[in-house]
Amino acid sequence: MAKMNMIQALNSAMDIAMGRDPAVVVLGQDVGFFGGVFRCTDGLQRKYGEHRVLDTPIAEGGIIAAAIGMGVNGLRPVAEVQFADYVYPAYDQIVSELARLRYRSAGDFHAPVTVRMPCGGGIRGGQTHSQSPEVLFAHVCGLKVAMPSNPYDAKGLLIGAIEDDDPVILFEPKRLYNGPFDGDPNKPAVPWSTHAKGEVPTDHYTVPFGRAEIVRAGTQVTIIAYGTMVHVAAAAAQALQLDAEIIDVRSLVPLDVDTLCASVCKTGRCVIAHEATRFAGFGAELAATVMEHCFWNLEAPIQRVAGWNTPYPHAFEWEYFPGQARVALALQAVMEPK
Amino acid sequence: MPTRSRLHVPAPPARPGQPPDFSYLQLSPAGAVARPETTSSWRETMAAATGLIRVLDDKHRALGPWNPRLEPADLQVGLRHMLLTRLYDDRMVRSQRQGKLSFYMKSTGEEAVSVAAGMALQPGDMLFPAYRNQGLQVVRGRPLVELMCQLLSNTRDMCKGRQLPVMYHSAAANLFSISGNLATQFPQAVGWAMAAAIKGEEHVAATWTGEGSTAEADFHHALLFASVYRAPVILNVVNNQWAISTFQGTAGGEQNSFAARGPAYGLPGLRVDGNDFLAVYAATRWAADRARTGGGGTLIELVTYRAAAHSTSDDPTRYRPKNEPECWPLGDPIERLKQHLVSLGEWSDARHAALSEELDAQVSAAWQEAVKYGTLTEGPRLDRDLMFEDVFKELPEHLRRERELLRAELAAAV
Repeated sequence: MAKMNMIQALNSAMDIAMGRDPAVVVLGQDVGFFGGVFRCTDGLQRKYGEHRVLDTPIAEGGIIAAAIGMGVNGLRPVAEVQFADYVYPAYDQIVSELARLRYRSAGDFHAPVTVRMPCGGGIRGGQTHSQSPEVLFAHVCGLKVAMPSNPYDAKGLLIGAIEDDDPVILFEPKRLYNGPFDGDPNKPAVPWSTHAKGEVPTDHYTVPFGRAEIVRAGTQVTIIAYGTMVHVAAAAAQALQLDAEIIDVRSLVPLDVDTLCASVCKTGRCVIAHEATRFAGFGAELAATVMEHCFWNLEAPIQRVAGWNTPYPHAFEWEYFPGQARVALALQAVMEPK
Repeated sequence: MPTRSRLHVPAPPARPGQPPDFSYLQLSPAGAVARPETTSSWRETMAAATGLIRVLDDKHRALGPWNPRLEPADLQVGLRHMLLTRLYDDRMVRSQRQGKLSFYMKSTGEEAVSVAAGMALQPGDMLFPAYRNQGLQVVRGRPLVELMCQLLSNTRDMCKGRQLPVMYHSAAANLFSISGNLATQFPQAVGWAMAAAIKGEEHVAATWTGEGSTAEADFHHALLFASVYRAPVILNVVNNQWAISTFQGTAGGEQNSFAARGPAYGLPGLRVDGNDFLAVYAATRWAADRARTGGGGTLIELVTYRAAAHSTSDDPTRYRPKNEPECWPLGDPIERLKQHLVSLGEWSDARHAALSEELDAQVSAAWQEAVKYGTLTEGPRLDRDLMFEDVFKELPEHLRRERELLRAELAAAV
């Protein structure tokens, strides 16, 4: 075990995967010599050579297309999109090609590509460096989609993604890269070294897709969250002194319906929290799923906490961000329905 | 003199009711374009990128430095593949008209583009075709029955009923799965070639797209990545003048050739008479030899003409002169190769008629067999459960549930 922040954990995952399998290659803008703008690929090119850690042109569509071709030719590419906000030029290659190649060729061709991208706000990124577009990928058949909330899961999910024969989109909440974040930007930053999930095995392990984690067991209300909102929601529940059961979804596709719904059936109350915009967000899918399975156990309407349905404004970052106050209002609403 | 900018909207030289006019085409006499060494710089291909590489002249002679000097037996194989492709196309359109197929796309007039290129490459080379490259399937020996079963979405369909007709694939024959989205395969082929270079293998990738699809960003990405990484790839633009109703000028062909985009990226560009079997073969071999020996990628523009409709859903008389195909100045690829062989004393009208009859019978026999495995309207059908497979490598729980729901829905339906 070692203390790692999320960047180090992701780096360790790629290092281990590359060390074990010569077919694993990393490509993306600035990932090689420089080691990535967030340092996630630091040192990999020195260790594995410039044929296996490729600096690419600024062309997300080209990066993903090249990764698909490499995947068809026996490699296991890990493509970095520098910010999730930049993924849209690659959307056609991901949606129409990567996601459906196995299906359209009846299993004769596939491309085991992992796409990593930093997402989310809270770093003064404005509307082009703060987005959480996970639902745009969760909606696409043939992609596995995950978003870790801590270094341990980040490493385990990434190794699992690289070794998976299906394409995986891994969203990395960049506000969590260096430490857990409870939604209060005025508090001093907390490093991962103080957190249990900052203890990360130095060797190989995986976190399976399709398994949510009960981060905190509780009886009064279930909070379903992922990414940064896992920490924000936990802090909000604690401030209200609620005995909340907090579930980290981790894997959006496949979704661990059993764990989510067993919890809501037990507590009878449910708040869903994500940073992405609310309308047609992944929370809508979660709410519908919970309603279908837990309707007769629900004591109150399900509440959703999300970003506003606006772009992410630079000057009003913290008014946009679904912080503890917004979670607390939802918790109060679900505990005392009018 | 104009003193203000004025929006220029490219227009084809002739629309329905007007006389066809191909005077916009820059042509070179057979043998006139120099052939640089395969090891030379892209700069030495500048003339080949705007001229027109031709071997067969109007008297059916093979001339000049690009003559690949193929044996007559090889030319006869090429003729057979092209003729089979054409007869297959003709028969499949008739089947579509009879309601047996939902859709079909012919390659009439463009057979050399696929057949000559396919013959110039090696079996280990990976091909990323577009939807009008059925000649590649023929060259790689895909059984017609197999192709027809794909068209029929029947019980032997290689795609298990998931793809529109003509979107074939064969992993065993190194023929990549055809996408219905245009030009996406172009940068994927470059990625495949990059992997070959990373692994130190000598195979090359080749891909095809239409001139209309060069407008997609994927085309730019392909040329850029091919140039940056010197990937062993052959990028073919099939300029058949028409993207459905859109003239090649609208795709940017008015001001410069498509091949000229190669040198702009530091890649060799070759502009080739796409209806000249020998020229297509020679250009492909040039690019393949260059790629195999570390020279990187090449952009080839194949100047040809889409003699038939875009697809069975298209009526070209609505947007181009009815007699335009007959006026195409570069002739027909099958007729030109046939006449060349005749001039060599290696072919005759009688042999051609006999071959035609033999291949027609082959197509008919294949069709009789293919329909036994089902059509869209009759005979055995694919198992509906297959719908849920291959979305992921293993069937996930949510799809297992949906499969049960469909079974229940079908059981409940009276």
